[in-house]
Amino acid sequence: MRRRREGGPGVLAAVLVVAACTGSGREGETPRFGFGREPSPELLAAMDIDVRPDGKGLPEGSGTVARGREVFALHCVACHGPTGTEGPFDRLVGRDPREGFPFGEKAEYLGTRTVGNYWPYATTLFDYIRRAMPQTAPGSLGADDTYAVIAYILHLNEIVPEDAVLDARSLPDIEMPARDRFVPDDRAGGQDVR
Amino acid sequence: MIPPESDSISRRAWIGTTAGLAAGILVHHQVDAQVSDGSSSPGGPEPTSLGRLPSELGSRAPREQPRRRVYRNAHSGGSGTPLQDLHGIITPADLHFERHHGGVPDIDPDTYSLTIHGLVRRPTTFSLADLKRFPARSRICFLECSGNGNGTYRTEGVRRETTVQSADGLFSTSEWTGVPLSTLFREVGVDSGATWFLAEGADAAHLARSIPVEKAWDDAMIVYAQNGEAIRPEQGYPARLLLPGWEGNANVKWIRRIELSDAPFMTREETSKYTDPLQDGTARQFSFVMDAKSVITFPSYPYVLPEPGWWEVSGLAWSGRGRITGVEVSSDGGASWHDAELEEPVLPKCATRFRALWNWTGEPAVLMSRARDETGYVQPTLARLVEARGAGSSYHANQIRAWSVEPDGRVFFGDGK
Repeated sequence: MRRRREGGPGVLAAVLVVAACTGSGREGETPRFGFGREPSPELLAAMDIDVRPDGKGLPEGSGTVARGREVFALHCVACHGPTGTEGPFDRLVGRDPREGFPFGEKAEYLGTRTVGNYWPYATTLFDYIRRAMPQTAPGSLGADDTYAVIAYILHLNEIVPEDAVLDARSLPDIEMPARDRFVPDDRAGGQDVR
Repeated sequence: MIPPESDSISRRAWIGTTAGLAAGILVHHQVDAQVSDGSSSPGGPEPTSLGRLPSELGSRAPREQPRRRVYRNAHSGGSGTPLQDLHGIITPADLHFERHHGGVPDIDPDTYSLTIHGLVRRPTTFSLADLKRFPARSRICFLECSGNGNGTYRTEGVRRETTVQSADGLFSTSEWTGVPLSTLFREVGVDSGATWFLAEGADAAHLARSIPVEKAWDDAMIVYAQNGEAIRPEQGYPARLLLPGWEGNANVKWIRRIELSDAPFMTREETSKYTDPLQDGTARQFSFVMDAKSVITFPSYPYVLPEPGWWEVSGLAWSGRGRITGVEVSSDGGASWHDAELEEPVLPKCATRFRALWNWTGEPAVLMSRARDETGYVQPTLARLVEARGAGSSYHANQIRAWSVEPDGRVFFGDGK
């Protein structure tokens, strides 16, 4: 292993400089250590798999409900059940209760959260499926089949019609039933119990 | 020297000059109270020859076998720290709780890298050697899964035969060493418009969370060492994000990428999973901070107190908002409270060991602890939490816990209402 304190005085001086810059704002051009290297565009393209609610990060491609039904049968039913409700793992489908958002009221409601009644953004489906699903081969579906299986799951949840075609433009526009239910954390310590 | 009440809990300082004597007796009794493994000879055979010679790795005493409690859910997994078996505040690294969503990856430290990009002036990839070359910091702090104790967040149906490990074992404390994230953010030149960053793991599930940039300027770190050695694989080897005081899930392990952004990414973890539905029809999101909490670790199930007399009630208290400023202990189910002694060091966002001497008369008793932190927050009762949130919320279940002591000395988990 390398000796980390080699050239000690120089490192020490750099620490002092950085420490001195701490209070002087983040925007000024602070001294740098110069460690690390610039990532290649290829590396960034391979790693940058996230998708935001505004659609940033969504790839080209498209998928239909019909194709999604096939993808779901091949890759999803073993864990989520033939209709996305049977498990054994997370329940994906279900709109009940149609009115309200009662999940905070009873502990029994914990297992009833689904994409249709709890997920606030449709883009999260693309982000999550691409990074983590199917569990035995995460990231293996490809863009078209990912759009397709999302279309199928949203159709089962009665959010898109049977002839829906999803792509980078249509996915961010989907309004999820639970979209407006989420609020920022209001706990702040002190006397209040929240 | 005799306490005024027959069934009393008192601050250690209160007993003054007898503390040494009392402590001596307590040590003896605590050994007696350990669950026996059935072996008979108290001291073992007398050594008849040369003992063991030095080895390159140490080992635990054969009769000391603390074990994590493993949760096997097939698609994900975890294990809980045996808090009832531990002393002081530090968790041995191999007993630190674990929770992961895609298994533990095997990462080569020579090819590992962390890439920081997005709203930065100089996108940069750091090797592990690069990270270790930056000025290092060490700090002792706790990590707690935000779901820790959620099985106790209900008014009935909690098994009496519940250990502190199975109830609250997703809590551990370590000394972590690494580089402040602020150092790396200065190195890459974070844009003024960046308000959030995505932290992403190199595990099979590429677990990802959005974190406010303020946390990086405050106290976030990229850490590569735990209790003096390289981080264990299940803790994120070779490097993880450390967000002192914040829910465990956001402390992304095996971190491979950080992307600066002007908005949160709304990953699955921070929308469908680690959110807190409330009874008013909303769900609390980005509820990062772990509020003040305490647990009594001794006596607790399955210990049996062999006889009445002096016992030291001991446990851990912590707050994600700063230092613990006090812990009160009750032996009568919350009717009366007495200050416990806080053992140094009392560090911010860190476990604090508390101790209180208790003279048990042999009558039924209900032991409880109640922590408060430097913001003035007091650990609430279950009823108070359910009133504020609703019965369907289950993360951040930091309500007061209780242990029922029966006349025969058996100790059972009880609700803290």
